[in-house]
Amino acid sequence: MQSKFSHYAARVIGLGRKGCDVVEALGRATVFLAQSAVGVPSREGWSLWLRQMHFVGVLSLAIVLVSGLFIGMVLALQGYTILVDFGAEQALGQMVALSLLRELAPVVAALLFAGRAGSALTAEIGLMKATEQLTSMEMIGVDPLRRVVAPRLWAGFVALPILTVGFSVVGIWGGYLVGVEWLGVFEGSYWSNMQASVSFIDDIGNGMIKSVVFALVVTWIAVFQGYDLVPTSEGISRATTRTVVYSSLAVLGLDFVLTAVMFGGL
Amino acid sequence: MFDNISKTLFFKLPALSRFILTRFGIEMKVNQHMTDVPFIQVEDIHFSRGDNDIFRGVSMIIPRGKVTAIMGPSGTGKTTLLKLIGGQLTPDRGRILIDGQDVHRLSRKALFALRKRMGMLFQSGALFSDLDVFENVAFPLRVHTDLPDTMIRDLVLLKLQAVGLRGARHLTPAELSGGMARRVALARAVALDPELILYDEPFVGQDPISMGVLVQLIKRLNQALSLTSVVVSHDIKETLSIADYLYLIADGQVVAHGSPSTLEVNQDPRVSQFMHGEPDGPVPFHYPAETLYRDILGHDLAIKAG
Ligand SMILES: Nc1ncnc2c1ncn2[C@@H]1O[C@H](COP(=O)(O)OP(=O)(O)OP(=O)(O)O)[C@@H](O)[C@H]1O
Ligand SMILES: [Mg+2]
Repeated sequence: MQSKFSHYAARVIGLGRKGCDVVEALGRATVFLAQSAVGVPSREGWSLWLRQMHFVGVLSLAIVLVSGLFIGMVLALQGYTILVDFGAEQALGQMVALSLLRELAPVVAALLFAGRAGSALTAEIGLMKATEQLTSMEMIGVDPLRRVVAPRLWAGFVALPILTVGFSVVGIWGGYLVGVEWLGVFEGSYWSNMQASVSFIDDIGNGMIKSVVFALVVTWIAVFQGYDLVPTSEGISRATTRTVVYSSLAVLGLDFVLTAVMFGGL
Repeated sequence: MFDNISKTLFFKLPALSRFILTRFGIEMKVNQHMTDVPFIQVEDIHFSRGDNDIFRGVSMIIPRGKVTAIMGPSGTGKTTLLKLIGGQLTPDRGRILIDGQDVHRLSRKALFALRKRMGMLFQSGALFSDLDVFENVAFPLRVHTDLPDTMIRDLVLLKLQAVGLRGARHLTPAELSGGMARRVALARAVALDPELILYDEPFVGQDPISMGVLVQLIKRLNQALSLTSVVVSHDIKETLSIADYLYLIADGQVVAHGSPSTLEVNQDPRVSQFMHGEPDGPVPFHYPAETLYRDILGHDLAIKAG
């Protein structure tokens, strides 16, 4: 009886400690974000940012566009087989465009971005920490939060929404290839149905809002995990995994919340 | 011939570059204080990492314009001490004053301003892996001055010449050997002609020739600029040849301090053991452990017992 009680007590204490750790890490991450992302970039800051746009954005372009193409094609294929039963295959364009703009483009692009760019950001910053590059930068009198972290954060914030737009465009084109060119849906109805049903604010706007939120969260997680990791090779590999896991979960969870608010009438 | 010219230029250069830097609005404090005012005061520092008490009340005075050496067995915390001085780590107790400012009470901004006046050579070199050798040395100049590119180029090449690596300027850090990387790091640490340089093991991994060059370099930098140098090193002969004052730390405390000549004749067994490199004596060579006998035999017995 006594031992059972102390067993539970130990569990509660462990849980509480874990809770404290989580809250503390969140606090550190928030201070980190505030210290690095806020502030006016210098002239040099712009060139650092452009360089990171290349690493984070341009190098993720291929994987995002190819995935967008396939997703658009699959959507058209699946959508057609369902719609054709109701004789509604004319609505294929609408279905493809709305699925992509509202859901698939922001979510899948963010997941790909986490895997391609986020993990690379974590590993790169982590390695800089492990080899004392961040410390030596501090000793030279340069704040690594401004010099190393800020350009990467801002590059991620900007790159993902742009990648999402690319994803949607290529996906819609992929749907066109399969639906119109292959399955023979009338081309005029593919486009006109799409034009008539897609609302700029409700669909494109909300999709972009999602994408901006995901960009903030994924980049923040990636960069913070790199900056905060234990500077060993094991620490780097764990942090890289954490980046992908946490940001994927965050994206999917937030997507549900945002969808509920935007389209669920909450 | 050219070598000589460049050498003289290098040691004249600090004065010149300081002049230029001041003209470009960079404040370079010239040491007008009396030389007996200490530059760094370490006051009763306590520091621990987990259960590991690294310092238990260390006090030091590092005089202005002198070379002060800090020696001690591997793992006693010399690197840790430099990191405490540079404000990377915060002591549990005690304080460190640099030029009268309490390092650990400064705001982030003031701390970075103070660090512009220091250079630090890291034990690992810590070169920026995304920049080549030239850009690594140019980095402090680019971020802290508005010097035109041609002048930065000249300054960087002279610094690289002094460490014998002018020809390696286009290599990336990954293409350097360990010894070369530290020499580049040294050139970077002195790029801004700081008032204080902290050298963590500058001689490790150097062949006898470059070792001699580095010893001369540290000494002359110190004389030409009257800057304050703190050298952490195990190389007793080299360190004694350049140090004005020596601190010996072991076991979390300052064991002895004094000028090289007084320490060499110090009768304390802990001091003489270290100064003469004897393996047996009061300073343990081994990291604390149970006895070798128990560690090995105990293990064997445990295996036999199944
Ligand atoms: N990041 C760290 N985390 C935990 N303990 C550490 C860390 N870095 C160093 N230590 C411990 O602190 C002690 C002092 O380390 P430090 O690197 O300052 O030694 P050192 O005197 O510079 O040794 P060496 O001459 O070998 O460079 C060691 O016992 C080491 O185990
Ligand atoms: Mg060390």
